[in-house]
Amino acid sequence: MPAEDRRKERLDRGIKARTEGLYAISSWREITYLLAPRAALVLGLLIAPAVVPGLYWQRVLGLAGVYALLAISFDFLAERVGLVCIGGAFMIGVGGYISGVLNYYFHLPLALTIPVGTFGGALICTLLWLPCLPLRGIYFAVVTFMFPFLAGSIILAGGLFRGTEGLSPIAGFPNIWVGVYLIIVLVLFAVFALRRLCGEDIGLVFAGIKDNDQAVLASAINITRVKVYALFIATVIGCFAGTFVAHFSGFVGLSLFAIDFTIMPIAACVMGGPGTIAGPAVGAFMLSPLSELLRGFGQLRVVLYCLVLVGFILYKPEGLLNWATRRYHQFEHWVKL
Amino acid sequence: MKQMDDGNEAIIKIRNIRKSFGGIMAVKDLSFDLFEGEVLGVIGPNGAGKTTIANIISGFLKPDFGDVFFRGKKLTGLPPYRVAELGVTRTFQVVRPYPSLKTYKSLIVPLWSPRARRFAGSRGGDRDAVAIDLLEEVGFERDAYVPYKLASALPLGYLKRLELARCLALRPEVIICDEVLSGLSMSEIASLIPLVERLHIKRVTLLMIEHRLRELFSVADRVIVVDFGTKIAEGVPEQVMEDERVKRAYLGEEVDL
Repeated sequence: MPAEDRRKERLDRGIKARTEGLYAISSWREITYLLAPRAALVLGLLIAPAVVPGLYWQRVLGLAGVYALLAISFDFLAERVGLVCIGGAFMIGVGGYISGVLNYYFHLPLALTIPVGTFGGALICTLLWLPCLPLRGIYFAVVTFMFPFLAGSIILAGGLFRGTEGLSPIAGFPNIWVGVYLIIVLVLFAVFALRRLCGEDIGLVFAGIKDNDQAVLASAINITRVKVYALFIATVIGCFAGTFVAHFSGFVGLSLFAIDFTIMPIAACVMGGPGTIAGPAVGAFMLSPLSELLRGFGQLRVVLYCLVLVGFILYKPEGLLNWATRRYHQFEHWVKL
Repeated sequence: MKQMDDGNEAIIKIRNIRKSFGGIMAVKDLSFDLFEGEVLGVIGPNGAGKTTIANIISGFLKPDFGDVFFRGKKLTGLPPYRVAELGVTRTFQVVRPYPSLKTYKSLIVPLWSPRARRFAGSRGGDRDAVAIDLLEEVGFERDAYVPYKLASALPLGYLKRLELARCLALRPEVIICDEVLSGLSMSEIASLIPLVERLHIKRVTLLMIEHRLRELFSVADRVIVVDFGTKIAEGVPEQVMEDERVKRAYLGEEVDL
């Protein structure tokens, strides 16, 4: 084609020209354009456990799923509701200990311990953090950060649940595939459900609270109650990750309150793209295998998280997914004039 | 206003409210009534305590002393969302939009409130359409792109209208307008006045805190002048501006040199 008969046009031009609320359903090309990134995420995560070499890397994937859930939970609260909650380790600990205790002492099956740990744990976390909800920004962060240390100290000092030894063995999943696919499916579900939720009316109220809570108060809405809803949703996700860790590793102990569960999701969130919900999940699935590769360095791995955190904050504050989205929308193709 | 007292019950009664910030008395033993369906102007020099009055009525501040009643129910001590829930809404002098939301989407927030949902009935499911209607009511062009823009991209004139739209979404009985006209161009003010008049016709009670006296006097039934936290005059606009104390508050003392 001669140069004067054609020009470049962005692939999403047809979609942007219509309202953004209605998705393109007019042509297969546009549907493909919109579905491709989502399908890549879904298929990529579903295929991953089948193609990684060996049991060890499947376990790594399972743990990456735990970090992904925590990162999603953190991102949802911090970027969509405005509650910076860095108590990831506390959610893991509470969820893990509940299902661990139920399984170890009462021999309840997984089908019971996981739901009880998830929702019971979320209830406990929400109730304990309820008094702190009027706090904003960094103050809420500081208070939630204290809780894992507090819980760890209580268990240690009181010698509860066999203290430092921890509870072992805890019943595991029937086989590794069940465990890995359970968490991967739930990560995907959490990503799409939360993104949908944020576009619903209550999601707009969440965004309003983040942007300007005084205006939401003036809109006849009890913001503390709405924050409780959001906190419960986020802690359900976090506590499920906790019960999963307990059964996946067959052990419940003080290591559930480890600071890794707090720092790593934040690093994954900053790296993946704050506010996108899918980004932090992707970030966790990249960062956690990377940190496994560096296992030889021991505790120095925390340095990796911090380096990622600092590097992205300084050089790419928008994160990978926001950057990729922007680039994806800039793709052009030649059209005939 | 004697004639108001007779036929018309006060919708809001303010009794002896007092509020100090540190050593500064922002409001000092202030009492006045707001009658149903009227437009009451509150004027006064800068720092007279006008916004503090708005904050106290709407529940954002608790007075040190005194009470506010709405239809006989005590408002003081209620949190702001309970006050709004009862139908006493307010705009903010410093506008408070949601920068990350599209303009019409930011009205979904008040429309989601229990009060608005109670009123919504069968249209509750289509809040987007109600939001667009509300924006049109306060003067956004229906077919223009403006309602679909991010609130952070709007000029001040639209943001002030958005403040009013947020109040209207709650089907208010009282709107406390904290300087909705200040900071606007003459043409923006000229287009807001008919909106105020329309609300007046609908018998929404308005408490207008204003600095723009000429525009305020064109819509207000009654005016209260506040200086140093106390009421120094009350009456119809013309009468109030003739008051010696009001002139002194605005223009200062006459001195012999």
